[in-house]
Amino acid sequence: MAVTRLPSTVSALQRRAPHHGLRSRLWSSLVHPLVIALLLAFCLGPFVWLLETSLKTADDLYRIPPKLLSVPADFRNYLTIWQGRPFLQNVINSAVIASAATTISLLIGSLCAYALARLRFRGKNMILAMVLAVAMFPGIAIVSPLYLFFARLQLINSKLALIFPYVTFTLPLCVWLLTAFFRELPADLEEAALVDGATPLQAFRKVIVPLAAPGVFTAAILIFIFAWNEFLFARTFMNSAESYTVPPAISMFEGTGTFEIPWGQITAASAVVTLPLVALVLVFQRRIISGLTAGAIKG
Amino acid sequence: MALSVRRFTGGARAAEVRLAYLLVAPAAVCIALVAFYPLLSDLWLSLHSKNLRFPARGEPFVGLQNYLTLMQDGRFWNALRNTSVIAGASVGAELVLGMVAALIIHRAFRGRGMVRAALLVPWAMTTVVTARMWDWIFNANYGIFNALLLNLRLIHAYRAWTASADSAIWAVIGADVWKTMPFMALLLLAGLQMIPFELYEAARIDGAGGWLLFWRITLPLLRPSILVALLFRTLDAVRIFDLPFVLTGGGPGYATETLSIYAYRTLFTNLDFGYGATLSFGMFLVVMVVALFYVKVLGSGAARAV
Repeated sequence: MAVTRLPSTVSALQRRAPHHGLRSRLWSSLVHPLVIALLLAFCLGPFVWLLETSLKTADDLYRIPPKLLSVPADFRNYLTIWQGRPFLQNVINSAVIASAATTISLLIGSLCAYALARLRFRGKNMILAMVLAVAMFPGIAIVSPLYLFFARLQLINSKLALIFPYVTFTLPLCVWLLTAFFRELPADLEEAALVDGATPLQAFRKVIVPLAAPGVFTAAILIFIFAWNEFLFARTFMNSAESYTVPPAISMFEGTGTFEIPWGQITAASAVVTLPLVALVLVFQRRIISGLTAGAIKG
Repeated sequence: MALSVRRFTGGARAAEVRLAYLLVAPAAVCIALVAFYPLLSDLWLSLHSKNLRFPARGEPFVGLQNYLTLMQDGRFWNALRNTSVIAGASVGAELVLGMVAALIIHRAFRGRGMVRAALLVPWAMTTVVTARMWDWIFNANYGIFNALLLNLRLIHAYRAWTASADSAIWAVIGADVWKTMPFMALLLLAGLQMIPFELYEAARIDGAGGWLLFWRITLPLLRPSILVALLFRTLDAVRIFDLPFVLTGGGPGYATETLSIYAYRTLFTNLDFGYGATLSFGMFLVVMVVALFYVKVLGSGAARAV
């Protein structure tokens, strides 16, 4: 939070520090905007081209050189992606799995974070080290034992086979963020509740959780995005087209009938699963940035 | 940090500890069951010969045999080299570009929030989608990358960027830089915002110019942020899987096959779980070495920064 407040002070100070030289005027009126424009083109250009492509007709798609503007826009790709393949089911799978993983991770993670932030107990450092170690685990190192494990429990193609790993691998982020967040909340509030006769668990639920809502929300967005995007486990633990989540579905998106790679449909499907994320990111950018950088700076 | 109210009696203290273990238990069980148990199981498997294609052969213990095979496995060394090239080049490029982006955004200007939001777009995009998007951009016949370079007269004829052995790895690196540079930029930007502005003012009054300010104030004070960003990004880059797997399939041939892809193919295409476990555990060791290296540098760096 502090991070997002700082810019205003910085800009205030910068306004106070005058630059009158020709070089600095040239810099702020020409070079700086130019570099900003290049940066924007670099970040957004490929995505805009993806959207453009999804709006092209089959003929325009295969033009050399490519037709830059897709006018008139052709929305047919957005209709055909749902036909002849369980793409809608894939999107639903992703939404269900990511939501479940987010909820469970937050539940388990916030309890753990509360203990780490507020209670004194032996082995605290070991728990922290364990959580940190998991953040560094390469998924590939555990994917085959997990596969055998889930196969024995007949969980292949079951949503649980993805929910459990997603919860586990988002716990580091969740615990890290929330521990930092809980530590910033004044302890007096809970102490007052405890003096009034509340149990520590009640103090946590009634006092801390409502106050920590912004932190919990930030963690939720980051966890959801992780679960929505994960590919390795999703491809391994799900092996029927109906049970795929979005990433394996998009990776195997082929034409229904033709041999040519259906770029129009691939880009349309990509746009459909990316636009909600982009909306999320635009609306909550401050929260996401503070969440992403909190771990790095406080850690 | 503990609540002082409960320091009064020994009984309350015991209750606090009990509660702590109770609260930590679900997370610990989850991590033990879904991360540490499989890791040990992976190590155990790597000491055995096990192929799901030949269940009749069972799972005989072979000691370090798989690791000796690994030492002489050209495809493993190739994968390790590809992984190092990708990680080195893309993290290096991201650091430089990310730094430029962070410095640019750090200045106050109109629409600054918009630019920061734009940085989050590549970060949020699913890696699989990123891979397919760049596959289309790099397309040999209809790709806009070819058209753009031809227009700028940087190439004479269209090229199959992802299908030729010498350019495929650079296609992977380019797409990876696009996807992850913004994350680096945001981490560095957060670091920049922690540097007190008064330092610059004081130095400027003493007559220091832009470059001197950057080398003497920005860079040293940013060192901890840079190291943390490098740690996160290097670990991610060493584990890289989704992007090359979807963009080039590790090809052409094995030209872009990374450690993760080789291990994955051994496991789930050849169904060789014994040797696959060896490859993936080897990968775990590589990641741990990288992590320890950074943590050591980070530890001394943080000490120096204080």
